[in-house]
Amino acid sequence: MQIPIEYYLILSAALFMTGIVGVLIRRNAIIVFMSIELMLNSANLTLITFSSYLGNSIGQIFVFFVMAVAAAEAAIGLAIIIALFRNKLTVNLDEINIFKW
Amino acid sequence: MGIGEIILISLVKILLIISLLFLTVSYLTYFERKISAWVQNRIGPNRVGWKGLLQPFADVFKLMLKEDIVPEKADRIIHLLAPMIALFVAFSTFAVIPFGPEVHLFGYDIPLVVADVNMGVLFVLALTSLSVYGLTLAGWSSGSKYSLLGGIRSSAQMISYEISMGFSIGGVLLLSESLRPIAIVESQSGWMWNAIVQPIGFITFLVSAFAETNRLPFDLPEAEPELVGGFHTEYSSMKFAAFFLSEYANMIIASGLIVTLYLGGWQIPYIDLLGLPSGLVALLQVGAFIFKLVAILFFFLWVRWSLPRFRYDQLMNLGWKVMFPLSLINIIWVALLIMIFGL
Amino acid sequence: MTLEIVLFVIFALVCLVSGILMVTRVNPVISALFLVVNFGSLAGLYLTLNAQFIAVAQVIIYAGAIMVFFLFVIMLINPEHEKRFLEYKPQLKIFAVAIAVLVFLQIAYIILFSKPSEGVSREVAASVKAGTIEQIGRELFTKYVLPFEAVGYLLLSAAIGALVLAKKKFK
Repeated sequence: MQIPIEYYLILSAALFMTGIVGVLIRRNAIIVFMSIELMLNSANLTLITFSSYLGNSIGQIFVFFVMAVAAAEAAIGLAIIIALFRNKLTVNLDEINIFKW
Repeated sequence: MGIGEIILISLVKILLIISLLFLTVSYLTYFERKISAWVQNRIGPNRVGWKGLLQPFADVFKLMLKEDIVPEKADRIIHLLAPMIALFVAFSTFAVIPFGPEVHLFGYDIPLVVADVNMGVLFVLALTSLSVYGLTLAGWSSGSKYSLLGGIRSSAQMISYEISMGFSIGGVLLLSESLRPIAIVESQSGWMWNAIVQPIGFITFLVSAFAETNRLPFDLPEAEPELVGGFHTEYSSMKFAAFFLSEYANMIIASGLIVTLYLGGWQIPYIDLLGLPSGLVALLQVGAFIFKLVAILFFFLWVRWSLPRFRYDQLMNLGWKVMFPLSLINIIWVALLIMIFGL
Repeated sequence: MTLEIVLFVIFALVCLVSGILMVTRVNPVISALFLVVNFGSLAGLYLTLNAQFIAVAQVIIYAGAIMVFFLFVIMLINPEHEKRFLEYKPQLKIFAVAIAVLVFLQIAYIILFSKPSEGVSREVAASVKAGTIEQIGRELFTKYVLPFEAVGYLLLSAAIGALVLAKKKFK
């Protein structure tokens, strides 16, 4: 007996929603950022599920690109967070609310 | 073979490897002391047992009896978790390193490797990339500034050298056209050892292996004169022993990798021309693997007691400005070899 | 085949629980660790889907590189612990969670209602072949070589950008 494809899709949706809750309720920039990574991963899970069930490797190649983009995004995002921290001494998103200082 | 027999054979192999690793690791500490004594013109451990041969057991006994101290500001769970991660990663990497050819025993064909994974090399890379966590978390969870500095240093150092390590493995993979460690060993038959075909890659891998195992001259995460003890400053008793064991186990794994990837693994050049019985050949080949392993381990110890420690900026410069370009040059070199000679 | 289901249930549970813990812990380092656990269990799920290469890449790239980088930054700037769930603007947070649950229920309903498993039937041989490194490598360097190069440039520019952003400005 095979695992029905719905199981994977619903798991992926649940993960995505966890990520969204993280972005909405957390105020620490780094954790918000990690929640975004979680959302990217849930999308990856969906892509790989379909790739595997259709016997087609395009989905997995797309996941490979998503990983590369996530790595680039993490590098840039964390650099921005470090630069912000250097100026404001906080990573709380509620306190980072002015354009210029 | 039925599933039960496969599981039984795997269990036997796992038990054998784990017990051998523990024994080798404990005696490696003994040899480290003996070799340091030899380098510094001393005698070394000589009281416990004949020539001090029971010293490792005395060490273990002493560490077990020590009180386990957890600092007040430490994060208790992670403080406990960190040595476990270090030990787990160090010991599970050996699963994919082949230590001998396929042998016929009791009517079965048994490959002398715990798990013949077709992505073995990537498995090793994945596990070594996880080994950062043991050190970093140990540094963070201790709640001490020296530990934290050691942890931060270790994460930066290991990530930097992982890159040149991965790229030097790239050259090996170009020649072997497979990620299976057994296939890599078999591709180096005769004198086609990767250390001879691609010396630059061999050197970059060797240096990266030193950095990944945090051995001198790259033991910045635990540099005693600057950081007291680095990431394991606040560790005592068996938790400290776990770090100690994992460091030596990492050394054995790094040596095993170097032998597998660059020194032809278990192979002895042209042994099949002698016409020896296959059982004897297999035994000799396992012996050859162990011999190469011990030679590399001796090199590790020898270097530790001969070279001074790098400064942190020198370490980073070496990693990014020398080792990384060199490993890229190695890939081009191997690609040229393949293009010209069609290896 | 029952082994497959057992593995799926274990990995899915670990994945969900660690994801929820990641979002709710106040200590950022603990959060990051739970995210690592989450990525590890996702790698396990990829293995149950026969995607071996992506599973290993997940561990190497996400757990081994990106999360170490996160931990590094968290340790470096050591941000203060956040307030607990109900201590700060509780209405807003409860509203957010309620909306998320609602959207999740909608998606789950749509997935179950449209019955995607009737349209696809997994052939094990094809799905194993799709996940091997040979297959992915072949596609990557023939059909998708242009995006591959573009991603290379993206990573290069990201590295340069990160250097420029994080570098201390000397006055």
